[in-house]
Parts: sequence; structure tokens; C-alpha cells
Amino acid sequence: MMYTADAVKAVLARRGEAIVIPGRGGRHWVPLSTRPGLDVPLGDPAMGGHAGFGLGLALARPGRKVILFDSEGDILMSLGMLVTIAEQQPANFYHLMLDNGCYATTGGQPVPNADNIAYDAIARGAGYPRAFAFAELDDFASRWPAILDGPGPVFVALKVFPEVENAPIGRRRRWQTRSRTQVITDLRAELGIVQ
Amino acid sequence: MSETKAAELSPETVLGEMKKHGVTHVVYLPDSETNWLYLLMQAEPSLRLVGVTREGHAASIAAGLAAGGAKPLILIQNTGLMESGDSLRGWLLGLEVGLVMMVGYRGWTRHGVTTDTAATYTERFINAFGLDYYLVESDADAPRIGHAFAEAAKTRRPVIVLVGDEYHGFNR
Repeated sequence: MMYTADAVKAVLARRGEAIVIPGRGGRHWVPLSTRPGLDVPLGDPAMGGHAGFGLGLALARPGRKVILFDSEGDILMSLGMLVTIAEQQPANFYHLMLDNGCYATTGGQPVPNADNIAYDAIARGAGYPRAFAFAELDDFASRWPAILDGPGPVFVALKVFPEVENAPIGRRRRWQTRSRTQVITDLRAELGIVQ
Repeated sequence: MSETKAAELSPETVLGEMKKHGVTHVVYLPDSETNWLYLLMQAEPSLRLVGVTREGHAASIAAGLAAGGAKPLILIQNTGLMESGDSLRGWLLGLEVGLVMMVGYRGWTRHGVTTDTAATYTERFINAFGLDYYLVESDADAPRIGHAFAEAAKTRRPVIVLVGDEYHGFNR
């Protein structure tokens, strides 16, 4: 098992010009990133939708890699999205999934059948041409460059330690530094999209 | 054109409005009534079709497309619209995505009693979200689709086109 912060650092080291949707890894990504204009830290607009947002962005910008940090809770809410992504075959889409086995933001309750799900097998079965699962940081960090150099769509399940939050949501420290609409505005400016 | 034909909403008209307003992607979940439109869209080189397995998925996909500079349109049925509530809230309203959602108005009728609860709750649902909508029932209503595109761009909110024709021409 690995820490989300370490997985994020491994990706950050080779992000290049990629658009990154830090998703559930946002609190670790945002303070370290040196390309905030290419980051899309949205927090959680509505659970289960990160993969769809990543797909849409990848389809709209086919010339640029899009890296998403999804979560197993989101994936389980929208398993059918994997089929849609596989059908669309976005060659620039790199779909990482942080699997902590639980709903960490609501107190750490386990996701159904948490210890017995092979997410890489589900992705492969949905039609992803490449899917991987890593439980150890060293394995992931050593394989990630080659994975990123290859074509998407690719699915990478990462087994991470839970970071459980129990404080009421209203009392939690916000890690977001920009509003969601500002994030989109900044991304469009960075990509030269006329508003 | 016969009177009967003029009173129907043809799929060619809908496709024409999509092209006229620069739609790049149609995110959709098919139903039996839209098959002919689906075939037309498939043959249209300026459109990319993105099929979903549950209507709520369309909201986040469309939000990503819009963020990246594309112009998506969502094509679903009213049953799926109601399924999409939280995604609509978070991904479309939350990210201020101005787009048109074409929604098949299953059960809509101007005659007699509405017996399909899909129709019973459709406008109540839309009003609960404070969304504007236009009802189209025939080709003569096509300009209303244009109004929906203009309003979506201006307000940066989803605007719904309710298709109340049962898509007569769409399943021939």
C-alpha cells in the first residue's frame, strides 16, 4: 500500500504539458504543482462524475494528455462510464484511481466488497486496452513513465492508505485556492480557448 | 409538405439546428423514439457521438467537453433527466456550463389526461432546478431551439428543449 501524497509526487515528476485533474488527490497535488493553469482541481462537484469530466476534456483536447486521479468510490457509482470511455478510446486519457477501500470523507466506512474487487480487471473487461494495478509505490513509480509514454486510454488502480476525515464538512480546512469557475477560466486561458 | 408532415418535428430539422449552432459532440442515451435521429447523427461528419449508459453521466462528460472548448449537446429522455439531478446540479450548474439539453417528453399530451408519471413530474423537476425550457412539437417550433442555444450561451446555464412530439418522424 502507498500514501496518496507519494503517488501524486510520482505523477507530478513527469506531468510535462499534461492537463491534470487531481480529483481525490487534490489536497496533495495543488500545493506542489508548478503549472496551476493546467490543473483542474474541482474538489467534488458531484460524486461519480470525475471520469466523465476527464473523458470530455480528453475528447475536446485530443492533442494534449489528460491525467485524472479518480477514486474507487466514484468508479463504483459510475461503472458504466468505463464502457463509454473504452468505446471512445481517447488516446490521450490516463485514468488513475486511488483505492483506499473506504468512503474517507464520511468517516471511513468501507465501500461494498472493498477487499475483493479487481478494478483493473473491471476496466479491462469494459474494454480498456491497458489496465494496471499497483499496491506498492516503487512498482508504480518505476512503471509510470512507460505507461505515460504509451497510448491511452489506460487505467491504473493504486492501493492507498485511507486518510479518514471525521470533522463536519463545514469545519474542514479547505485546500482549494480557486473557485471551480475560476479553475475552468484559467484552464481555458492556458489552452488559448476563446471564452 | 402535407399538413400532417408540417405538424411533426422531423429529425432533419433537429440535426439542422445542431449544425447551425455549432454543436461538436452529442452526449446521448438512445430510446426507441430517437432511432432515426441517431442514424442521421451517425452519418454527420461534424458531430461526434458519445453514448452513455446512464443519463447522469452525460452531465460530467458535457462539462469536460465544454471546459476544453467543445460545444456539447445532451440528448436524453425525461426519465433520464430526472435520474440526472445531482450531476446536473454539480457538473452543469456548478461549473456554469451553458448548453442545450434536448429531452424527449415521454407521456406528454395536449389531449385528455396525462397518465404517464414520467410526464407528470417532468416540468416540476425542471422548475425545482430553476431551469428555463422550451417546448417544441413541430418543425414550426424550430426557432425555439435557436432561442435555447442563445439563452444557454448568455446565461451560462443549461437550457432544456422539451420535445413533445413523441418524435413521430424519428422512428420511421
